[in-house]
Amino acid sequence: MIINEFKMAVDSRSVNESFSRAAVAAFTAQLDPTVEEINDIKTAVSEAVTNCIVHGYKNSVGKIYITVKIREDASVVISIRDKGCGISDIKKAREPLYTTLGGDRAGLGFSVMESFTDKLTVRSTVGKGTTVTLYKKINGREK
Amino acid sequence: MSVKIDFDGETLHCRLSGEIDHHTALPIRLETDDRIENCRPARTILDFSDVSFMDSSGIGLVMGRYKLLSDFGGTLEVTGLSNNSYKVMRLAGLDRIATIKKGGENDDNK
Repeated sequence: MIINEFKMAVDSRSVNESFSRAAVAAFTAQLDPTVEEINDIKTAVSEAVTNCIVHGYKNSVGKIYITVKIREDASVVISIRDKGCGISDIKKAREPLYTTLGGDRAGLGFSVMESFTDKLTVRSTVGKGTTVTLYKKINGREK
Repeated sequence: MSVKIDFDGETLHCRLSGEIDHHTALPIRLETDDRIENCRPARTILDFSDVSFMDSSGIGLVMGRYKLLSDFGGTLEVTGLSNNSYKVMRLAGLDRIATIKKGGENDDNK
């Protein structure tokens, strides 16, 4: 059961990467997470939002929709959605080191998201957009 | 986000500070590469002691500098990593191409 929910939409400008991860982290703080858990969430959100900016909307600017749900079992479900170009081959996109960009992009965005969360799902339609959903249980500080 | 760079004739010491993501990585990269190309240092240290956050853009930052340095045989060390940054670096296997150290690990055994 969902006990609390937060929604926001931001422009796909790279300056909003830090704002997005900070906003999600601040909302998640009500579960009293450890510093490590908060960092894991910030890192995974940062990867997902960056993907919307550099892949989903490439050379244009669109909206990134972020929803954070807090569940009764102290887990968070974070969905990050764009209405951009979509991914034609999700399996390939999720392979470590695979990147369609050159330069300094390492191709490790999905690998980082996977290892910093408990579960990750990707839904995408070419020409319609992509939704990445991140799941993480917050164990919090020792009670 | 900023980078302060000192060169003593042998070692190029780059002190990064703030948050490293896709937005902030580009100016750091441009400034660091400019100094590496001018100084051609034998040894380069990327010091993360004052970095409060890093995502996979930090991996690209290290890998890209490693490639540039290996063109002329320069070595790369990454120091002062937080637990989070260390986790990201290890995930990418960067410990195989550069010396990577967490903050607080000293240089005694060198």
